[in-house]
Amino acid sequence: MMKPTEEIVISGFGGQGVLLAGKLLCIAAMRGGRHVSHIPSYGAEMRGGTANCSVVISDEPVASPVVEHPGVVIALNEPSVAKFEPKMRPGGLLIWNSSLVKTPPTRQDLQIVDLDATGISLEEGTERGANMAALGALIALREGFLSLEALDEALDEAVSARNRERNPVNRRILRAGYSAASAA
Amino acid sequence: MSKKTVLMKGNEALAEAALIAGCRHYFAYPITPQNEIPAYMAKRMPELGGVFLQAESELAAINMVMGAAAGGARTMTSSSSPGMALKQEGISYISGAELPCVLVNVMRGGPGLGGIAGAQGDYFQATRGGGNGDYRNIVLAPGNAQELADFTVDAFDLADEYRIPVMILADGFLGQMSEAVVLPEPTGKTFEKDWALTGAKDRNKRLVASLRLAEGSLEAHNLHLQKKYDSITQALRRFETYKTDDADYVLVAYGTSARISRQAVDRLREAGVKAGLFRPTSLWPFPDKELHELARKAKRILTVEMSLGQMVEDVRLAVEGRCPVEFHGRAGGALPALDDVIETVMRFEREEVTHVHAS
Repeated sequence: MMKPTEEIVISGFGGQGVLLAGKLLCIAAMRGGRHVSHIPSYGAEMRGGTANCSVVISDEPVASPVVEHPGVVIALNEPSVAKFEPKMRPGGLLIWNSSLVKTPPTRQDLQIVDLDATGISLEEGTERGANMAALGALIALREGFLSLEALDEALDEAVSARNRERNPVNRRILRAGYSAASAA
Repeated sequence: MSKKTVLMKGNEALAEAALIAGCRHYFAYPITPQNEIPAYMAKRMPELGGVFLQAESELAAINMVMGAAAGGARTMTSSSSPGMALKQEGISYISGAELPCVLVNVMRGGPGLGGIAGAQGDYFQATRGGGNGDYRNIVLAPGNAQELADFTVDAFDLADEYRIPVMILADGFLGQMSEAVVLPEPTGKTFEKDWALTGAKDRNKRLVASLRLAEGSLEAHNLHLQKKYDSITQALRRFETYKTDDADYVLVAYGTSARISRQAVDRLREAGVKAGLFRPTSLWPFPDKELHELARKAKRILTVEMSLGQMVEDVRLAVEGRCPVEFHGRAGGALPALDDVIETVMRFEREEVTHVHAS
């Protein structure tokens, strides 16, 4: 039985770790034997606008790495919601960062989940872990997609030796995001 | 256990493959969307005792490649479309002097400075040559990060075997995308370079040049080059076919366009339409005889490109009127949409049915 192809956009300010979040998904899925692609947007983005990446995870070879109509969006800041909510496929999952986004998404044909992602991260003493909280929420909401343990291992592979000492914190935020989304 | 699968950006997979192939002389000037190649080389070359020299311009970089190649070194330069345009004079000189080197073009949209998103608008530049004179370069067209690595290792061997520049022609999407890669092993092939300028102590002097003024000598050289190009054309027409055995409609595409076309083939097959994909992996020499054979059985051919029609000319030359050759292209950094490719072939199918009913 083929698993569905996941077309995911992760978006936020530069520095919120959107590229790393995408890489973690790819590495975890790749270790699970699936085809993956990750591509950053490298256009002329405005300062204070969005940085984003497209991730495709599939049982087939990936055709285009650029996701035009995502089935999953993780929006870590306000411009990300504005940019990607209109592009989403009906029935898609939109996880938005309620700590920073003041204008909630409105579409009726999406599964919309608010997550206090930066708040969850701050409880671990850093504001830079909102990406991890959102990934944890995604794992909780997408049954059978990836496990927390697969992301644990991906963290060790993706993060440079210098930053690996932060992985225990990353893993705690990942789990806090998972719990918050499970409770919702 | 086999070597480990890693997630690598296409540009970085290519750069590491060049190092695996023994490249220790790399010269370049930065340009998006290939900047990960010089960034990677800046980090790795010193670790390996090699040289990455960031030149003052693209012209300087290609001429440094000429010098390193004349000295017998495995050498490479990389750039993107407008940067490759600047290198053409050097490429022509290197071709005339029969020096081996690897050239990488991670294409972006043009003409001129154009944009920074991926495109395939340099097919003519790569396969016809933007430089002067009767010359050809081998042009390889990878379709994913794995092939960016594998073809690069191969490119160094081909360059040395034939004393010719070998170009890796990729688009910006391939360069920027991260995918699963198993890094290739060195091939272990060695090539005697009895023409290289290594210091003439205790041996006769050698000359590497592209200037030939003596009466008849240039034509003799041109004929010698042509003979070489003919033998490459015989030996090196490369391609991959996908579901073409019984295909009524053959899509022809390379690079990212081929990835999208391959998925279109799957969707069309699911809808009962006999589609297939012919993917040239060498653009020069173009696999013309092989495509010609497919065209004898096909109802129509559709060329899909991220340009407004360049490879389609080689497709028409190969098909020689055996069946209609149609074109679908996007330009300026846009990607062909899967649904558009599918709909184009569906339209062919509807037209064929109408045609049969009418006759």
